[in-house]
Amino acid sequence: MPENEISEEKNFIVETDGVTKVYESKTAVSNLDLAIPAGICFGLLGPNGAGKTTPLRMLYGVTEPTRGQVRVFGQDVARKVRAIRTRLGVTLQENVMIDNLSPRINLRIFGRHHLIPEAELTRRIDHLLDFLELRSHEDMPVITLSGGFQRRLAVAMSLINDPELLILDEPTTGLDPAVRHALWSKIRQLKSDGKTVLLTTHYMDEAERLCDQVMIVAGGKSIRQGPPRELIQSELHPEAVEFDCTEAEEQLLTNAIGNGVVKLRSGNRLMVFAEDATPVLNEVHKMDGGERRPVIVRPANLEDVFLSVTGAQLGEDQ
Amino acid sequence: MSLSLRHAVSVWRRNASLYRRTWKSNLLPNFFEPVFYLTAIGIGVGAYITEMGGVSYVEFLVPGLICVSAMHGASFEVTYNVFVRLTYEKTYSGMVTTPVTPDDILVGEVLWALTRSCIYGGGFFIVAALFGLMPGLSALLAALVIPLTGLMFAAIGIAVTLRLPTIELFSFYFTLFLTPLFLFSDVFFPISERLSGGWLQVAEILPLLHPVRLARAAFAGEMSWLVLWDIAYILILSAGLLLWATRTIRYRLSS
Repeated sequence: MPENEISEEKNFIVETDGVTKVYESKTAVSNLDLAIPAGICFGLLGPNGAGKTTPLRMLYGVTEPTRGQVRVFGQDVARKVRAIRTRLGVTLQENVMIDNLSPRINLRIFGRHHLIPEAELTRRIDHLLDFLELRSHEDMPVITLSGGFQRRLAVAMSLINDPELLILDEPTTGLDPAVRHALWSKIRQLKSDGKTVLLTTHYMDEAERLCDQVMIVAGGKSIRQGPPRELIQSELHPEAVEFDCTEAEEQLLTNAIGNGVVKLRSGNRLMVFAEDATPVLNEVHKMDGGERRPVIVRPANLEDVFLSVTGAQLGEDQ
Repeated sequence: MSLSLRHAVSVWRRNASLYRRTWKSNLLPNFFEPVFYLTAIGIGVGAYITEMGGVSYVEFLVPGLICVSAMHGASFEVTYNVFVRLTYEKTYSGMVTTPVTPDDILVGEVLWALTRSCIYGGGFFIVAALFGLMPGLSALLAALVIPLTGLMFAAIGIAVTLRLPTIELFSFYFTLFLTPLFLFSDVFFPISERLSGGWLQVAEILPLLHPVRLARAAFAGEMSWLVLWDIAYILILSAGLLLWATRTIRYRLSS
């Protein structure tokens, strides 16, 4: 059966099979299988240098895989790169814009690379200036704008061709909380408008809030994949108890509560995941006697999963 | 990869939009330079020279300085500016997320450098005409040499830029390549009278010599078979370097 018929049927926007990229000294991506259906937000998560950006570059045809095929919109990227790029938008990790020019002119110049007619371009620029709330600064040189404004402009530029697939490489790195929340709500809105979103991040709260599906990558390999909630359920217990303790104390605790828990240590900090936090909490209090150490009890989250599954790789790197 | 002229033009328009806003600070220094040479050397030094190559010294200088203007106009664009866009501003990394290909970028940049060479060379041409330094109608043909000069130095410059590891190395390009060309390519004295035999043939390597000779032929209204050789030299060198640069820019913007 011809391959493209399969992909059209399943309506995958992005598909890679066994994609590998080897540079002279290292393997950046190893045997990566991506299958992103239309209309979802997909997160590629991983520590810095885990190989998140390279797969993105393969999708818009700038990096050629050493092995494996990449299909976007059901088409082979190696053969249809120009056609595919007319239908996607990319916000790079670094903002690429002309500092001395205004947001409005930056949008216009970038839109011309898509050969959008001038009148239509004006209409889209007005829409995007409103959508990303850039109106107040639309005519000021970009260099005078805050980091949050510049990042929103970068996202606006990647939306100028009204793309079906939006690729965001670490969209909120270095932004303050208010700006991050504002951008998140825009991303959600784009998704509800029917766009497919693919983002990379090392912020797990961001992934948990935005993504329908995530893939955790480390060392260029996919380690886990699935909806954030399912990953939390399958990897860890629902409740987390977090406190400082020595390894000797940890041993005592393990003896007391048995094996029904998952533990994660980072320096002096111990996180214990259990179906029910109460027995763990009681044991910690028992060890403390009169003066109790600070303990946090909270639901397990994606960051816990991330730390527990990438822990080994982190250890190797350091 | 492929070339699409419309996408290349979008790269050209990007530069033109930026230039429209900064032309005053960009244009004036480059434009005045040849005018200063013309007045200081042509009129100042020229006062002590009765004639050179059969004309007054200031008239002798004009065809060469037109080409020098065009050379500088193109060179600054494809050296520092392209390097900054490629390495620091990551402009091209942004462009290749759109339907623009590395080939389009190369052609767009060369067209833009050519445009700037026409602005500078053309500007100087007009100034020289206002000074009354146009001997006759045939001198108008020298205007055609301006884009040819621009094309050649855009090709040389961008081929070098795409291979240059650090921006500091451009000082070598300017002081060890462009400056000697400027001084020894028939601009200030007729090299055919100063060199003899084999050396004269060796001098044919100098890129700037060819447009200068073309411009001089136009000013003098004397066409010879050499014109064909000069045009062929410019076109073949440019085409060869641009083909090579295509491979480099594809590599630089992928990997």
